[in-house]
Amino acid sequence: METRPEIERPAPVSQRREPISEGSEWSFELIDRYDREIARVAAHYGLDTYPNQIEIISSEQMIDAYSSVGMPVGYHHWSYGKQFLATQKGYKRGQMGLAYEIVINSNPCIAYLMEENTLPMQALVIAHAAYGHNSFFKGNYLFRTWTDAEGILDYLVFARNFIAECEQRHGEDAVEELLDSCHALMNFGVDRYKRPTRLSMAKEQARQAEREAYLQSQVNDLWRTLPAKQSAGRQQRAPRFPAEPQENLLYFIEKNAPRLEPWQREIVRIVRKIAQYFYPQRQTQVMNEGWATFWHYTLLNHLYDEGKLTDGFMLEFLQSHTNVVYQPPYDSRRYSGINPYALGFAMFTDLRRICEHPTEEDRRWFPELAGSDWVKSLDFAMRNFKDESFIAQYLSPKLIRDFKLFVLVDDDRDEKLEVAAIHDDAGYRAVRQLLAEQYNLGNREPNIQVYAVDVYGDRALTLRHTMHDRRPLGESTPEMLRHVARLWGYTVRIESVDADGDIRFAARSDT
Amino acid sequence: MSQLVDRRLSGKNRSAVNRQRFLRRFKTQIRKAAAEAVSGRKVADLERGEKISIPSKDLSEPIFHHGSGGRRNIVLPGNREFVSGDRVDRPEGGGGGGSGGSPDGEGMDDFVFELSKEEFMEYFFQDLALPDLVKKQLAAVPEVKKARAGFVSQGNPSNLHVVRSMKQAIGRRLAMAAGPRDALREAREQLAELEANGLGASAEADELREEIEALEARVAAVPFLDTWDLRYANRVDQPTPSSQAVMFCLMDVSGSMDADRKNIAKRFFMLLYLFLTQSYERIDVVFIRHHTVAKEVEEDEFFNSRESGGTVASSALELMKDIILERYPSASWNIYAAQASDGDNWDDDSPRCRDLLLQGILPLTQYFAYVEIEAEEPQSLWREYERVQAASRRFAMQRILTLADIYPVFRELFKKKVA
Repeated sequence: METRPEIERPAPVSQRREPISEGSEWSFELIDRYDREIARVAAHYGLDTYPNQIEIISSEQMIDAYSSVGMPVGYHHWSYGKQFLATQKGYKRGQMGLAYEIVINSNPCIAYLMEENTLPMQALVIAHAAYGHNSFFKGNYLFRTWTDAEGILDYLVFARNFIAECEQRHGEDAVEELLDSCHALMNFGVDRYKRPTRLSMAKEQARQAEREAYLQSQVNDLWRTLPAKQSAGRQQRAPRFPAEPQENLLYFIEKNAPRLEPWQREIVRIVRKIAQYFYPQRQTQVMNEGWATFWHYTLLNHLYDEGKLTDGFMLEFLQSHTNVVYQPPYDSRRYSGINPYALGFAMFTDLRRICEHPTEEDRRWFPELAGSDWVKSLDFAMRNFKDESFIAQYLSPKLIRDFKLFVLVDDDRDEKLEVAAIHDDAGYRAVRQLLAEQYNLGNREPNIQVYAVDVYGDRALTLRHTMHDRRPLGESTPEMLRHVARLWGYTVRIESVDADGDIRFAARSDT
Repeated sequence: MSQLVDRRLSGKNRSAVNRQRFLRRFKTQIRKAAAEAVSGRKVADLERGEKISIPSKDLSEPIFHHGSGGRRNIVLPGNREFVSGDRVDRPEGGGGGGSGGSPDGEGMDDFVFELSKEEFMEYFFQDLALPDLVKKQLAAVPEVKKARAGFVSQGNPSNLHVVRSMKQAIGRRLAMAAGPRDALREAREQLAELEANGLGASAEADELREEIEALEARVAAVPFLDTWDLRYANRVDQPTPSSQAVMFCLMDVSGSMDADRKNIAKRFFMLLYLFLTQSYERIDVVFIRHHTVAKEVEEDEFFNSRESGGTVASSALELMKDIILERYPSASWNIYAAQASDGDNWDDDSPRCRDLLLQGILPLTQYFAYVEIEAEEPQSLWREYERVQAASRRFAMQRILTLADIYPVFRELFKKKVA
């Protein structure tokens, strides 16, 4: 699968090699030189990035960064402590290497290098994070729509200070309880369709006080007439609230929960904003990692062809690279789902192959791609897709064969599992479509929406779970309802609706 | 262009607060695990950290997720033998083959992490406090004492060290004047030579005289004492152990105390010692063993040698009292004592023990703990001591029946007293 095009290959200057450095010890000067070289090649391929801020950190700091889910500034919460302990343990026992890289979607884009790494590893991480991920953050439509790289650091600082202040004013326990409940609902705190407003600390601070007062007045207004006399006629006339089901649970709670204090609303909002910030990352794992891996591979190979890298460097690099893109088969003990690095890297590499050396099959499947300029085609793919649509659009029959993908149907009405499709002519489309669906967050998580509030009665909140393929809610549901009830302040019910429209009461939690 | 930042020196331990939050939240579970860990291993091991394991379900962070059931499509890599339409048995343990969608469904069994030695000790001693920590102990600020630490060239005039400064001045004067002096001596010799040759009035001699004058002036200009010479006595703050404690271990080594009982007693003493190390910077330990006569011994002998014969417990108390009066004035020592016995004592001796304690020893000590090991039913010593306990707050007694009892008893003995 050697696909480097002739045009990209620098003129073979009589095979003279002038490596940037020998040896594997890094120094600031060397990192700087590698970075310049990589930047030059990245520009050659037209990668558009935020300015980079490359930070050298120790392994302890890397564990820290790991534990705060990659947020450079985080508020305090026990769950991050738990994450920290788990990471630390794993690292100390040598069960896992530390982060390949951590990179933060901000402007400037912050990438961490660990001081323990060798020079080839540092170069690899620079190419991967500072140019791969960075250009993805800047280019992909989801990131452009949902996140504000300029404002995020300021906003995180604002969030941490605000929460610390709340802890002082209201006690750590009260804040912790609230955060627990918000974190539980984090996945249901995102707008999937509406565009968010931009975040920035100055604006947030200026508007926060105002919002507090305003929100409280709004909420009170909603409940002002309560509890009203309950006449049957009035109930009939009363419009349903909310008028339409709401998918963003945290947003609904922030705006409408009757008993939250203003500071509590602000914290709900903070968690919601952060969830929203990470939402694109959850939707583009395969693409993001694939893109970064593809580029570190391409950039470093380009430098090698120019004679700037030694053979030893390449061996070490290739060894790490190979480990990263390994996909164990489903029955291996090492199997833990499809490796996003492997799938993403394979897809982008395959895209380039289709552009440059299309087979007859490719021409049938991807007529518009075959023979096109690969740099432009990849750039287009990076900018305009998320995992689900990317796979649906670009997964080629050749990759399905390479990965030997097959579809298993697990139906509780059937005592056996059924193999629905495999990597053959009859199965390609099914495999591709079902794999794409597997990356649809909406399928992964149960579909739960705010359905109704008994405004004129006991103020109970009703959530509605719309079942998909008869899949029920998990056993955590009662606990989750307690969290919702803690935020809502009154009774919370959840009901499941199956495909036939039958409504089934699932659980409730009283306060 | 990229900016390269070295962050290695800034912001270590950023997760320390989160870690503390975690420990705080799960303190009950951790304390329980710590207690289990203690009873499960040798007491001598206490000086290290501990691996704590908490059931994962206790610290799960729930989310809404799908349960099992319904219909799922799972795409898996690495097909070898299947073709479309194959029907396969479900793998053991439900949908184990394809947790494809939600990795959050099932977790590990236990969450395991390490507590440092200090943290472990914190939990171990959390509810305990030395009884009536009244003396110098409460103020945790260590007392400091000024101690000499050589000489420095800058300081307070009152610390000026005259002898040192003068010594310094001598050396400096010698060094600074050495050159001119040599030249002076040479010039004088030449002059003397000239004068001896009758050339005393020559121009050469006058030149020499002028040179001599200039050199003399240079030598005289070397200051007798310069600011460079001044030396000051240096004094630094040295923390002094603000609190010191002595712990008396009293043990019956008569024939009736067998190795098992001694072992239990040993663990009790060690735990007590460890506990004291948390609170005191300096601890002396005095071992007194007794049968019919008491003797102060080294630790080794204390635990390992064996005697036969009867028991006179008061002999140990007498000896302890003598040692206190002689070596550990109670004004500057916190005195703790732990007595371990199987309860055997000569009947006539027990009232004497009681009197000794009440009148002689308890007024001097912070705390006196008595543990009776494996005694089937209380004997005379126990009954007498019960009267001591009724009379004094500084006295506690407990029974230990098995090894596993040590820790609870220990906690019981030193339970935090509500002021």
